[in-house]
Amino acid sequence: MSADFLYGIEVILNGLMAGVMYALVALGFVLIFKASGIFNFAQGVMALFAALTLVGIMEGQVPFSHLINEVFGTEVHHFGWHVPALLAIAITLFVMVAFAWAVQKFLFKHLVGQEPIILFMATIGLAYFLEGFGDLMWGSNIKTLNLGLPQGGSRVIEDMTAKLGGDDFYGFFIDKLDIVATGVAIVLVLSLICFSQFTKQGRAMRAVADDHQAALSVGISLNFIWVLVWSLAGLVALVAGVMWGAKSGVQFSLSLIALKALPVLMLGGFTSIPGAIVGGLIIGVGEKLFEYLIGPMVGGATENWFAYVLALAFLVFRPQGLFGEKIIERV
Amino acid sequence: MIEAAEKHMHQNEDLTSGYTTADGRRIGDVMMDLKSITLRFGGVVAIQDISFDIRQGEIRAIIGPNGAGKSSMLNVISGFYVPQEGEVWFRGKKRPSLKPYQVAQQGIARTFQNIALFEGMTVLDNVMTGRLNFMKSGWLAQTIWLGKASREETANRQKVEEIIDFLEIQSIRKTPVGRLPYGLKKRVELARALAAEPELLLLDEPMAGMNVEEKEDMSRFILDVNDEFGTTIALIEHDMGVVMDLSDRVVVMDYGKKIGDGTPDEVRNNEQVIAAYLGVPNE
Repeated sequence: MSADFLYGIEVILNGLMAGVMYALVALGFVLIFKASGIFNFAQGVMALFAALTLVGIMEGQVPFSHLINEVFGTEVHHFGWHVPALLAIAITLFVMVAFAWAVQKFLFKHLVGQEPIILFMATIGLAYFLEGFGDLMWGSNIKTLNLGLPQGGSRVIEDMTAKLGGDDFYGFFIDKLDIVATGVAIVLVLSLICFSQFTKQGRAMRAVADDHQAALSVGISLNFIWVLVWSLAGLVALVAGVMWGAKSGVQFSLSLIALKALPVLMLGGFTSIPGAIVGGLIIGVGEKLFEYLIGPMVGGATENWFAYVLALAFLVFRPQGLFGEKIIERV
Repeated sequence: MIEAAEKHMHQNEDLTSGYTTADGRRIGDVMMDLKSITLRFGGVVAIQDISFDIRQGEIRAIIGPNGAGKSSMLNVISGFYVPQEGEVWFRGKKRPSLKPYQVAQQGIARTFQNIALFEGMTVLDNVMTGRLNFMKSGWLAQTIWLGKASREETANRQKVEEIIDFLEIQSIRKTPVGRLPYGLKKRVELARALAAEPELLLLDEPMAGMNVEEKEDMSRFILDVNDEFGTTIALIEHDMGVVMDLSDRVVVMDYGKKIGDGTPDEVRNNEQVIAAYLGVPNE
């Protein structure tokens, strides 16, 4: 096998793994959009906030320390302990559920029945609020997230695959962190699917996504379901924030991963969980492959725009996305 | 005028603990008692000081011309609307202002005038949602399908299959509801309401838009539900023939007011009711 061909495969593998991460972020959007018709612009910031909270808790940072020190003239910064990763993740999850509850209680409960554009604007406001709140709570410096996850290229895979090609091929280079992230994302997606298919709450969630009035009439509390989907979106944000944060540090740019989810959603459809997954994979593989094959001819850096252009082309031919429900009005 | 109608009503209601219908069914105590309900939307009065009751085991109809406030009345009972004035008594207790889902959990199921089904789900899944309040095991056990959760699912499934058989919709069990014709959708909606094993079933125009055959089927199902499950039913219907055949007692509304209440025969001969339906001759 020629080295070029093998490199192509490596590019596809890396694309698939990036795609799983995109799918994960897109999933957060789909969950909320399906159940409440809200396009949650704050999903990316939620990932940032979750990662910030996780780091802060692990390192024993005092939340709002700047504010506390200003007001009381104290000098507290650290509790002086380190929380083990698993416990910190559990606490962060609790914080995200509390956030979901607060969002529903103080914001969207008062906006029931409003136009989608109003709800969208509310999430933009929420995004900037949460960004500032995260800074206030944990400080705005760049943090490193050290969960002890393996980093760097996998020697094993490199050695195993080196024999596939000739002398000019050194084996597939695959980042261990990407492998872990892919594994975690797959487990999360599968458990979300099981949850929504087999549990009472999942069934209620699908019912609410389908018809609010009917859901009420069979005894489902919309409020509870909305807190539930925001909590699940918080869980997804936490996982996405952890994985991306471990890769490139916990900083503001983390919230921009939400922008990567937009073309995925356009491709997969805003209301479909399988759509988010397949869309994520297509975008991931597509942009890596395009960069590898066409990139050198046009001067590179195609990853910045390829996904959007692909999504745009897609919109023209299939506005509802790959798996989105086509809306046909009976006249 | 209302007092006159009320007096009329009380004549056949001197039996405080129920009555026996013409076909020999025993009607029990008052289950749902609506006292002086007034509902306003801004300046529009949809329901004005209306009182009536629904007794255990009876089929109670609410009729009236378009815009009389019948659906609003049903929405008050099912908690979708909260009246500004008046009290709702259920099973002898004054009901606080509840959310629709809480009313549903109390054992009051309903169908809608414009059909509210989960269009993306199959008939079976739709009917299963009616059982949501019977699922008690934890979500974790349900996710991984463990012991109690699995038994519970089987029991619920069995009940749902019984109802599907009862309403003769076995052949479309796995069909997505969105693809069904109107008449069948109405029947699926009834199935979902029945799956909740309600004490009180509210039907908002169960026969609207149906042909004669479908109407006959639906009438038969309503009578069977009442007869076999002992479910109390309150329904709104425009087809007078159907109403007179099905119901034990009828409330007549016009412009948000109650203008008649009694057995079908009494209502039929009530002058105000005749005037509301046919108009009053100019003199």
